Amino acid sequence: MTLFNAEVLLSGPATMASAVALTAPISFWGGVDPKTGVISEIRHPQSGQSIAGRVLLVPATVGSSSAAAILLELVHAGLAPAAVVMHEPDAILLLGLIVAKEMGWKTPIALRLDRAAFASLDRQQLEISQDGGVDVRQVP
Amino acid sequence: MVQLTREERAIAGGERGDGAAMAMRIVAETARLMGAQSLIPIESAHIDGALYHGDSGTLFAERLVAGGARTAVRATLNVGAIDLTGCSRNRLPPHQLDMAGRMMTAYKSLGCEPTWTCAPYQAGHRPRLGSQVAWGESNAVAFCNSVLGARTNRYGDFLDIACAISGRAPDYGLHRTENRRATVVFDVSNIDPAFLSSDVAWPVLGNLYGRLIGESIGVISGLSFRPREDMLKAFGATAASAGSVGLFHVAGTTPEAPDESTALHHLPPEERILVNAEMMRDAQNRLSTAERADRIDAVAIGSPHLSLEEFDTLRKLLRGRKVAVPIYACTGRHVLRILERDRHRQDLEASGIIIVADTCVVVTPILPEKPGAILMTNSGKFSHYAPANTGYSVLYGSLSDCVESAVAGVPVFGSAA
Repeated sequence: MTLFNAEVLLSGPATMASAVALTAPISFWGGVDPKTGVISEIRHPQSGQSIAGRVLLVPATVGSSSAAAILLELVHAGLAPAAVVMHEPDAILLLGLIVAKEMGWKTPIALRLDRAAFASLDRQQLEISQDGGVDVRQVP
Repeated sequence: MVQLTREERAIAGGERGDGAAMAMRIVAETARLMGAQSLIPIESAHIDGALYHGDSGTLFAERLVAGGARTAVRATLNVGAIDLTGCSRNRLPPHQLDMAGRMMTAYKSLGCEPTWTCAPYQAGHRPRLGSQVAWGESNAVAFCNSVLGARTNRYGDFLDIACAISGRAPDYGLHRTENRRATVVFDVSNIDPAFLSSDVAWPVLGNLYGRLIGESIGVISGLSFRPREDMLKAFGATAASAGSVGLFHVAGTTPEAPDESTALHHLPPEERILVNAEMMRDAQNRLSTAERADRIDAVAIGSPHLSLEEFDTLRKLLRGRKVAVPIYACTGRHVLRILERDRHRQDLEASGIIIVADTCVVVTPILPEKPGAILMTNSGKFSHYAPANTGYSVLYGSLSDCVESAVAGVPVFGSAA
């Protein structure tokens, strides 16, 4: 049984990875280190956590209009999230993925899901299908 | 579902070359994502995309150049990672320096104007009221929408240049009249007018507004005077870094708000925030991160880039004195030209001011690497970004405090200079 059927914002491959649910809006530029994929904004609640290879749950974004550049750089460096799940589509951020596709690079799937679900998914191993199905994979 | 015209589909299919096709597809895909019905023609663009964040952005720009793309409308450039005027030096390693330079060259090849400033609206690029434009750089977006009354969404890297090349933007959000209505009243009538009329108040107000109002649109009400342009610039920059502010109104000042009711499109507000002195004190405290204020290692001003008027104020406050701690004064070449013409540049540099043009101290490594260092600033935007981007903790103060502190070599607050 599928736990959530999320809307597919941008297509990408199915994936399985642990989730990191942000509890505050994030500014990618100045907030995520493009060389490591670690959240570097010291005032952010998830400061110090890596988003590389994780299912990133984004309640909202703030700040600079350079977010897409950081996300594209993460994709190019192989440090992108395994999937990006947004409460609302944010063109500034998702542009990074649109451009990554145009460049022919391996690009994660982007989904839309109500942020009310985020807390229950944090740190869980999530299985995400190409059509937007989100399941929690039980760790034995 | 977004409807493209026959011409737009043909361009996306490659009729005018690979670069134009890629640009059109990026604009159309964004339109789809954001639920726009169609694309609209734009009159100008401000391009934030030429700042080096890593090799990927350079490769993208060079792909457009190789595909024969050219801008279809006036496009000014935001800061790059390199001070091409030679006023300041950065510590970028050779590979990054090379890629950052290639990126700046690629954007010029696409037809963009080498303005290299985050305050294009003070460098002669002022779209008219009601015109449709595609601007990047959060402070420039806020200023363009709010103070000029031109219409833009918050364009990010890649989409800004894609719009400039295609001459089009997705028709949604702040391009549409109905989405420019204020829904929140931000009432400052209980705040001391003497404080509000000082420059130091506006980043504080911007921080409070950005955090409380976030993505909504507010109208500032209860001011007893018309704030100067540099106050609105500082307010918008801080509000846009503390929250996703793309448009604000100031009743009696900004063009879409001759009064509060007009900004609200004559509908009742969803919320009225009555700002009090304690909220202002809290916001002011948030602009500093330094735990102790017993020393400073540098002062940085000019985010957004300093106007000529701000340099005049700086020179008056300095009164020819030498500083003990360097002041990094960030500006655009539109101001630098006049400073040089009037022979102010060498006077300022003789006082120990380091002028930074084409770029700024939080986007490229100009400040010396110094663990535990403290940066003093009068900029709410520097305050927001300096800790993560430079490693410096920040101390917020007025321009006068910044100058007196730089001269004394230790923090000085409340100077009557």
